[in-house]
Amino acid sequence: MSTTVEIYAALTEIFNDVFNRDDMILTPELSAKDVKGWDSFKQIEIILGVEERYSIRLNTKEIDSLKCVGDLASVILKKTS
Amino acid sequence: MEQLRWLPEDPEWRRRVRALSDAETIWCDCVALANYRLDFTKTGLLDETVRLRHKEAPPPKTGGKPVRLAILASSTVAHLHAGIRVAGLRRNIHIATYENDYGQYLQELLDPSSSLHAFAPNEVLFAFDAYHLAQGLHAALSQESATALLDRALSQIETCWSLAREKFQCAVIQQTVLDVFPALLGNNEQRLPGSRSRFVTELNARLRSQADAAGVDILALDDACRRDGLSTWHDPALWSRSKQEVRPALSPTYGELVGRIIAARQGRSYKCLVLDLDNTLWGGVVGDDGLDGLVLGQGSALGEGFVAVQEYAKDLARRGVILAVSSKNDHANAIEPFQSHPEMVLRPNDIAAFRANWQDKASNIRAIAEELNIGLDSLVFLDDNPFERNLVRQELPMVAVPEVPDDDPSLVPYVLADAGYFESLAVTAEDRERTAQYQENRAREELKASATDMASYLKSLEMRLVWSRFDKVGQQRVVQLINKTNQFNLTTRRYTTEDVEAIMADPKSFGLQLRLLDRFGDNGIIAIIIGRMLEESIVTIDTWLMSCRVLGRQVEPTTLILIAEQARALGARRLVGDYIPTAKNGMVKDHYEKLGFTVTERREDGSSTAELNLETFTPAETFIETTESTPP
Repeated sequence: MSTTVEIYAALTEIFNDVFNRDDMILTPELSAKDVKGWDSFKQIEIILGVEERYSIRLNTKEIDSLKCVGDLASVILKKTS
Repeated sequence: MEQLRWLPEDPEWRRRVRALSDAETIWCDCVALANYRLDFTKTGLLDETVRLRHKEAPPPKTGGKPVRLAILASSTVAHLHAGIRVAGLRRNIHIATYENDYGQYLQELLDPSSSLHAFAPNEVLFAFDAYHLAQGLHAALSQESATALLDRALSQIETCWSLAREKFQCAVIQQTVLDVFPALLGNNEQRLPGSRSRFVTELNARLRSQADAAGVDILALDDACRRDGLSTWHDPALWSRSKQEVRPALSPTYGELVGRIIAARQGRSYKCLVLDLDNTLWGGVVGDDGLDGLVLGQGSALGEGFVAVQEYAKDLARRGVILAVSSKNDHANAIEPFQSHPEMVLRPNDIAAFRANWQDKASNIRAIAEELNIGLDSLVFLDDNPFERNLVRQELPMVAVPEVPDDDPSLVPYVLADAGYFESLAVTAEDRERTAQYQENRAREELKASATDMASYLKSLEMRLVWSRFDKVGQQRVVQLINKTNQFNLTTRRYTTEDVEAIMADPKSFGLQLRLLDRFGDNGIIAIIIGRMLEESIVTIDTWLMSCRVLGRQVEPTTLILIAEQARALGARRLVGDYIPTAKNGMVKDHYEKLGFTVTERREDGSSTAELNLETFTPAETFIETTESTPP
């Protein structure tokens, strides 16, 4: 089982990869409107990164309910515990 | 399913990508980084890194011809571009990609002012999703109506092919259709005419014969899906969400499949499989365990697994892949199983180059490439030992070294097949005879050793140069040679099938394919000449390339006589030849001078132009008899 701190560290790496940056700082409130280039395509990349990293599959309902980084972290926490 | 499992992993990979900064070497650095096991995210990251510098324009020096690939699709494929481009990068080929606006592939093909026409592709990939093609199908349809829908789909696809070729003179790739549909009858789905699943099965079968007849290459997504399972390739929920038929996660694998076809079209597939022996071809160490102690053949699961490896290698050889051996062993010990172990599938005759000694493997692999006269970048090295694999990767980064499962040899053929090193688009008669050709070469070497002087050796070979104009039959091989010959190649101009057809149709040009026969057999097509009459009374030798295995046999002066005749027939009084230097063709720097041409211009980049007056040209005397081949 992953702790919230570990999840945020992993998510930071995924976000850095997806946006080709090395300076992303993730907060639970961070959402698509705050990050340049975070469109629906990047959204799919982020979800894929998460799925590959944790060997989990997010279903349609879960994906639709994601509004911010905090939501994503809670889904991961729920699915890996 | 682990993607790209034959490629090694590097825990430092991310750090290495982020550390890239040198604009001059970024392409080469990224080629190296593309040759690791990459998932979707890493593929995207690498792709963006390259595109920061080489988005539309390729770097000045790549291995292959730059490709402009238009993906004409009926649904979203934006998630697949990175995989395709990185697969090109892996092969040192720059690929620029284009995708039509959603659903507009036909309109864009037809509209000369469309952005597709502005993109000007030289390859087009048609990727139609199953839902699009199976429109109108439902379970109540009669046989007649279902067949009519099938015929209509096939003829629409054929129309797309013709349009693409007509507008862009491009190569065409057609993706087969994923069977994404749930069954309605079940096991005997074929009995329901209106079944969409059955429709896809029949469509794929007929697509293949239609593609073969039209000279279109197939991207066999259906085969990949059969191997990996539908849920690996397709996610119905994603289809509902974003109309992506292929799961984005599979982008690296999808890209690989496309990249292989593109590389094979350029003649850049691998050619030779170099095999380790102990614990790769048999279980145990022959030097320690002896012939009787080897684990091979029936009686043990492991022994059967090694037989499977050998059988796969033998079948590869039968269809044109060259086999070689590199092993740390005493030669006598290493060769013995090939000669006398009853369960061996591979025999001494199957191996074109055999290196068993105590030198390091990198040196031996270099020696094999030299002996066979092929580039190191056409070798694949199979070894169970991770130490040897890493050593070779480090010393010879251009050699492909697959990661292989160390626990079970039975899995090795599948890894080799998945890696697609030897992707071929056609099987030529020459491919089938390749191993025999290398054996004939050995016989020639032996005769050479016994002959007292060069002239008597050449005479004793009883050589015949048989030539013909480019023709349909030899076309595949001609394109293959044009695109893969690096060393004896004066201009290294790469041409596609379409380019070669254009030469065949041009009355002011000639394309010649030359075959060399001797008392030991047929060396196959060994030289290609393209001459063009660009100005009145001058024929320029656009392309002169030759296989290195016939070096030192007077083929060059004999070929010149032939070129002179052809040029005169067009009314030429002068012959002009260019040398364009590359990293690999230094051996032909003085080619034209040696043949009696006068150098008229030397440029700073090392290139030169030479000229021959045909009115005063005196043909050299050689031991080769020249004949024109009579069409069958």
